[in-house]
Amino acid sequence: MVPLSYYLILAAILFVIGVAGFLFKRNIVTIFMSVELMLNAVNLTFVSLSYSLRQLDGQIFVFFVMVVAAAEATIGLAIIITVFRNRESLNVDRIDLMKL
Amino acid sequence: MLSEYFSAVDFLLLKPAILLTIFGIGVMLTDLLLDERQKYFNAVTALVGIGFAAVQMLRIQSQMREAGVSEVEAFRGAIVLDGLGIFFIWLFLISTAITILISFRYLEIENEHHGEYYAILLFATVGMIFLAIGMDLITLFVGLELMVLSIYILAGFLRGDRRSNEAAMKYLLLGAFSSGILLYGMSLLYGMSNSTNLRVIGSALSQRPLGDPLVIMAVVTIAAGLFFKIGAVPFHQWLPDVYEGAPHSVAAFMSVGPKVAAFALLLRLFLVPLGELREQWEPLLIGVAVATMTLGNLAAISQSNIKRMLGYSAISHVGYILLGLVAGNETGLKGIVIYLLVYVFMNLGIFTVVVAMRRRDLVGDEINDMAGLMHKSPVMAILSLIFLLSLAGIPPTAGFLGKYFIFLSLLETGHYTLAVIAVLYVAVAIYYYFRIVVVMFMQPPADQELPSMSLGIRCALGVTAAMTLFMGLYPEPFIQLATGPVLAILR
Amino acid sequence: MVLHDFFFYILAAIILGGGILTITRRNAVHSAIFLVMTLIGVAGLFLHLQAEFLAAVQVFLYVGGITVLFLFVIMLVNLDEAAKQRQFNRQWGLALGCVLLLVAEVGYFLYQGRDSFSFAESSGVLLQNNTQAIAMSLYGDYLLPFEIASLLLLVAIIGAVVMAKKQI
Repeated sequence: MVPLSYYLILAAILFVIGVAGFLFKRNIVTIFMSVELMLNAVNLTFVSLSYSLRQLDGQIFVFFVMVVAAAEATIGLAIIITVFRNRESLNVDRIDLMKL
Repeated sequence: MLSEYFSAVDFLLLKPAILLTIFGIGVMLTDLLLDERQKYFNAVTALVGIGFAAVQMLRIQSQMREAGVSEVEAFRGAIVLDGLGIFFIWLFLISTAITILISFRYLEIENEHHGEYYAILLFATVGMIFLAIGMDLITLFVGLELMVLSIYILAGFLRGDRRSNEAAMKYLLLGAFSSGILLYGMSLLYGMSNSTNLRVIGSALSQRPLGDPLVIMAVVTIAAGLFFKIGAVPFHQWLPDVYEGAPHSVAAFMSVGPKVAAFALLLRLFLVPLGELREQWEPLLIGVAVATMTLGNLAAISQSNIKRMLGYSAISHVGYILLGLVAGNETGLKGIVIYLLVYVFMNLGIFTVVVAMRRRDLVGDEINDMAGLMHKSPVMAILSLIFLLSLAGIPPTAGFLGKYFIFLSLLETGHYTLAVIAVLYVAVAIYYYFRIVVVMFMQPPADQELPSMSLGIRCALGVTAAMTLFMGLYPEPFIQLATGPVLAILR
Repeated sequence: MVLHDFFFYILAAIILGGGILTITRRNAVHSAIFLVMTLIGVAGLFLHLQAEFLAAVQVFLYVGGITVLFLFVIMLVNLDEAAKQRQFNRQWGLALGCVLLLVAEVGYFLYQGRDSFSFAESSGVLLQNNTQAIAMSLYGDYLLPFEIASLLLLVAIIGAVVMAKKQI
């Protein structure tokens, strides 16, 4: 039997991979994919905790996180389309009209 | 309808949200029947919706008084309506109403006057209501996301404007990131307590040993996620950019509604589940509060765009409010409540002036655009003076009241250095607020265009200025108003 | 059981491999494909943890919905230009520092807290007929978030139309 901590460590590593992708990458769509990785890591944490606690609340939470992730992806991609329509680049280094 | 899953109490507490939803959908439907010149009717519908929701809140409050209860639980513990929740719901209704008032002329000028704006604004308010009364992690999360998604759309509402697109994109990416971090913390809380109800989590956490690494990680991740939402340092980077890029009326709304709602969530999470763990998060909070005040005040000095400056000033106000949480005693929480109440009115007031600056050819968000306002519209200039005095915290305006209670609470709990630092920064703040006053009163006007004074803007200015002065001159009833919610949460 | 553990390790390898590949590819379409690999790996782990309903929803929604959306948008915007650019953004030094710090913290805390992973007592209810149990819980205890989520989806639809349509 794989202990619970293995699942949690796996989820934590996936979370850090997602954070790293978010901080490092330049293409907006890839940055957004890293956020999806983070949310999947959280889902994995919830499901593994729910399994170990023999309870369903974690799985319900995952259900709602998935709903929210879908809605956010929809709006995010729509905004990306709008950004692209008004300028030709998807590079975050170039999206700097507003500076400090 | 009334069964074991959905009782009368549930329906009662849900009615304001239901009414706002129905009116939001109604706005979208009636929008189809309106032609270009009748679009202001959407604003009327939305305001009527808020009126209905307000009446429903009054009925709930009177029913609660009759039954003699101070808090009502519904949906098997998912929401709890206590004094603090009622207070926040009123703040949200007021801020949405004023935002609707200032929006319609502004949107007409911008040529983006669609009914969806008002509908999304009402749905955002529904999300904020659930943030204020939620007592369950899932309800809070879904309410938070509802509010935040609506604001992403509103921030990008000027679809042809590159700055607006950029603002929406930055806000969405950073918001999604912070939601992810907040969720990770919530998952750890769930794991440690076997439940998603905040109260159960609180009692489970209080039984864990001090310095438990999982608890620390949960606290840090939840705090990080929340600090993103309220714009505290070091997660404040998005705020000035988003305020600058978003449409003026949306920036006004963002600085009051969602910020207060995020604070409601912060208070709920820090006081209920994490309430016993004060030693764990107090040093973190002190550091963040000081850094936030510092950066907010210092960065605002060099801004030439008034929305960016107001963004940094909002960051500095967040710092002051966090100090109230650091103090944490009754005066501190009272200070937070009063500060938020005052902040809504004075911030909406100054943003209304900014919205009015948007005229046919001028975007109007540089500070120099306000030059010579005294000559063009003396009323607006004087009201702006009142708002700026209040933002700086000078008596007898309302802003002084909020700061007074926060400083008092810091002294009461022995945080003398913090109080001194906070007072010093008030002096810094006076400088950059008065820079605007000087521009308005002493510089000659750059052009002859008058600011756009629609009926809505006039009403909004009247209400906000009246409240700002009234609360400053006659604070007693408002202090009483704030004591109720605070005692409810301290129990 | 050895087979049970074996599947965990395979799925873990798929998930982590897919994750790392997602964030290191230059081509956005490649990143999307590796994201699909990670998502299917996570769905597999959900099955492994007896959350059958969630495994199915994960495949439908994430792989079948969100990833398809991503691919549509990647195709709609200019790919060639993106492929020619430098891959990592200008502030990569700061980002590297943050990530290393994060890894160190997470690793430290998970290591320290190894023993406290025996969480609150289990309530002993077996997860039979997962979908039915989720339905009972969703429409019973969590009815309110369910209703709010429907409003959230409405907002998402409105938002997508408002943002992406040329003339509304």
